[in-house]
Amino acid sequence: MDIADIIKPQNQVFCKTKLMTDTALSYCPGCGHGTAHNLTMEVVDEMGISEETIGVAPVGCSVLAYDFMNIDITQAAHGRAPAVATAIARTWPEKYVFTYQGDGDLAAIGTAETIHACNRGENIVIIFVNNGIYGMTGGQMAPTTLEGMVSSTSPYGREIKSMGSPLKMTELVANLPGVYYVTRQSVHTHKHARKAKKAIQKAFENTRLKKGLSFVEIVSNCNSGWKMTPNESNIWMEEHMFPYFPLGDIKVDGILK
Amino acid sequence: MTEEIIIAGFGGQGVLSMGKILAYSGIMQNQEVSWMPSYGPEMRGGTANVTVILSDERISSPYLKLFDTAIILNQQSMDKFENTVKPGGILIYDPNGISVHPVRKDIKIFQVEATKLAAEMGNKKIFNMIILGGFLKEKPIVKLENVIEGLKKSLSERYHFLIPLNEEAINKGMESITPYKMKEKVIE
Amino acid sequence: MSELKLMKGNEALAEAAIRAGADAYFGYPITPQSEVIEYLMTEQPEKRTGMVVLQAESEIAAINMVYGAASTGKKVLTSSSSPGISLKLEGISYLAGAELPAVIVNVVRGGPGLGTIQPSQADYFQSVKGGGHGDYKLYVLAPASVQEMSDFVEDAFDIAFKYRAPVLILSDGLIGQMMEKVQLKDQKPRLTDEQLIEKNGSWAVTGRKNRERNIITSLDLESEKMEKRVHRLMKKYEQMEKEDLRYEKILCDDAEYLIVAYGSSARISQKAVELARKKGIKAGLLRPITLFPYPKQQLLELADQVKGILSVELNAGQMIEDVQLSVQFKVPVEHFGRTGGIIHTPEEVLEALEQKIIK
Repeated sequence: MDIADIIKPQNQVFCKTKLMTDTALSYCPGCGHGTAHNLTMEVVDEMGISEETIGVAPVGCSVLAYDFMNIDITQAAHGRAPAVATAIARTWPEKYVFTYQGDGDLAAIGTAETIHACNRGENIVIIFVNNGIYGMTGGQMAPTTLEGMVSSTSPYGREIKSMGSPLKMTELVANLPGVYYVTRQSVHTHKHARKAKKAIQKAFENTRLKKGLSFVEIVSNCNSGWKMTPNESNIWMEEHMFPYFPLGDIKVDGILK
Repeated sequence: MTEEIIIAGFGGQGVLSMGKILAYSGIMQNQEVSWMPSYGPEMRGGTANVTVILSDERISSPYLKLFDTAIILNQQSMDKFENTVKPGGILIYDPNGISVHPVRKDIKIFQVEATKLAAEMGNKKIFNMIILGGFLKEKPIVKLENVIEGLKKSLSERYHFLIPLNEEAINKGMESITPYKMKEKVIE
Repeated sequence: MSELKLMKGNEALAEAAIRAGADAYFGYPITPQSEVIEYLMTEQPEKRTGMVVLQAESEIAAINMVYGAASTGKKVLTSSSSPGISLKLEGISYLAGAELPAVIVNVVRGGPGLGTIQPSQADYFQSVKGGGHGDYKLYVLAPASVQEMSDFVEDAFDIAFKYRAPVLILSDGLIGQMMEKVQLKDQKPRLTDEQLIEKNGSWAVTGRKNRERNIITSLDLESEKMEKRVHRLMKKYEQMEKEDLRYEKILCDDAEYLIVAYGSSARISQKAVELARKKGIKAGLLRPITLFPYPKQQLLELADQVKGILSVELNAGQMIEDVQLSVQFKVPVEHFGRTGGIIHTPEEVLEALEQKIIK
């Protein structure tokens, strides 16, 4: 039996998400981005809105999201995705507009755009993948890097006194009246991925109902940047990231939990 | 015909709006017009000035060094603009608040007691219209009917009831403009 | 019928944007161009035509909103003044790289730094020599009157969509703040979403309906692909030079001395030419209306005719470099201009012509 026999349709248990292209993912093996992409595209597919959805890709590891997601996507300057999405949502009020951003993009260089798009309550979805490090540029410190965590620009560990505390952007935006839904999820196990998918679905439903801004943080790993095996990185994430960035809903239907 | 005018005074004296009404009047009689204000911090309480040009031809520079007419409404503007009047041109000013009067002999100088007259008429805001009336007496470059049309254009409709008062003020200015007689220097 | 009004340059531009059928304006207040967004907010074009107007949190956000709307094929513009344009340059470079149509307006004030709020033409280099990063150019229109502030909006959109490229309207505080008579064009209808998809659906991200997906990006990680993109841009710029150069010649036919000036300086210089002619000096004015493309050939031809050229600019000498390159140093070229927000008078320009060129 060769590979061609194995991947016959009758032998398939799982198949590739319909809205993912055939382009091989450029993410490191073990990275959570692939799953986050899949879940987003599954939701768009299952809601039947692929022809009405416009994505905004960031700068960072997911800059090439447009190579993998088989929908219309525009790629924004570093940090500016919420501004780009604002204009698209304002000029195409019937479309589903989402941004897909990392922690450096959303919580450092794009802080102003994030806060103000949230504060205006733009009718968009923001998917925020937080892995506490700059992956693409080779493992520099991010605004969400944990205290003591080693990166190439915090080689002795992040020191709060001189480098500030890891930024809880999600809690911050939850306090803005324009923001309708805020949740923090992860995608490192099936169970977590299923919950994350539900959250993404709820976010896109909010867009359909014109409820305003939905903000879905996905706490993820960066095994390359953290210099761990994929499995180690997931364990480290559970032990270190989750206590500081606790999973769960923060604001639902406009009401803080 | 080309008339190049500078109007200068304090912000709040209606300098810019006087220029605007003049420019609108020009449009009403199919002339080319330009209205170039000083802008910025000067707008906020300090001096303000505006260059207004009315012409039968395409206007080249909206910014000028010399003027056919200077309308001067405070001392700072007198200091700054007396020397910008072309020889043979005219200078019109309100003597109220002026301590150093103009001295040039190669231009025609007129006074309009607009501050006083506006107070007498019971409305400080028509000050600039009295001045405008004086100017139009000496330089009838726009017809009064076109000034009234210009006023209608530059005032929002809810203020149109004020047009008769403005017309009265213009007439008052026309009646009261007087040539300024320089005092001979007394040699002691 | 078209309407005759007395308007400030900034207001005329804002009204023209509504009438050109623009879909959106995104901006951030800065003197001396805040009248643009003030006028739009007062006019409520959303009610008149459905045009979206939004005050962004910064110039950076505003230009990226422009990028977003332009990505979807919408007719979108922004305006600012010098320091704000510096902030927008990253976004402008992205617009050029991603080949998006958009109109950017710079009502220039004096610099560098926070500079002054008074008029200036010190952003010439920034406008025509790139400004942002990378190999790109902007098509640059330089209005010299309130009428042109109005007319150039539609022209700018036409060029932007013809080439799928950002277009800059380079004005200054004088043209923006002054009032003149302006003949407004009739209202053009905005495209419906269906019409827009029909027109721009081959490239715009409007939702992947009945076609392959569209991607807007300025990124090519493969150098060969990136070079192809750069070559594609250069071809556009060549075509602009062939097809869309604009300039105006005033009293050039018998001119012995030439002034080259654009925008507000051209207006002032025209008066200087009038004053010169009264004195018997045969002066002429070449006014580039587009700063890129630049009337190089026209200047080269005039170089055989005139004895000297004065480049008059409200800056310390920027456009003079293009004048010198154009005439290939065949005739003496000198610069005159005031800076810091001071506007030169026609008399000063004439004096400079006499002292620097006629001698």
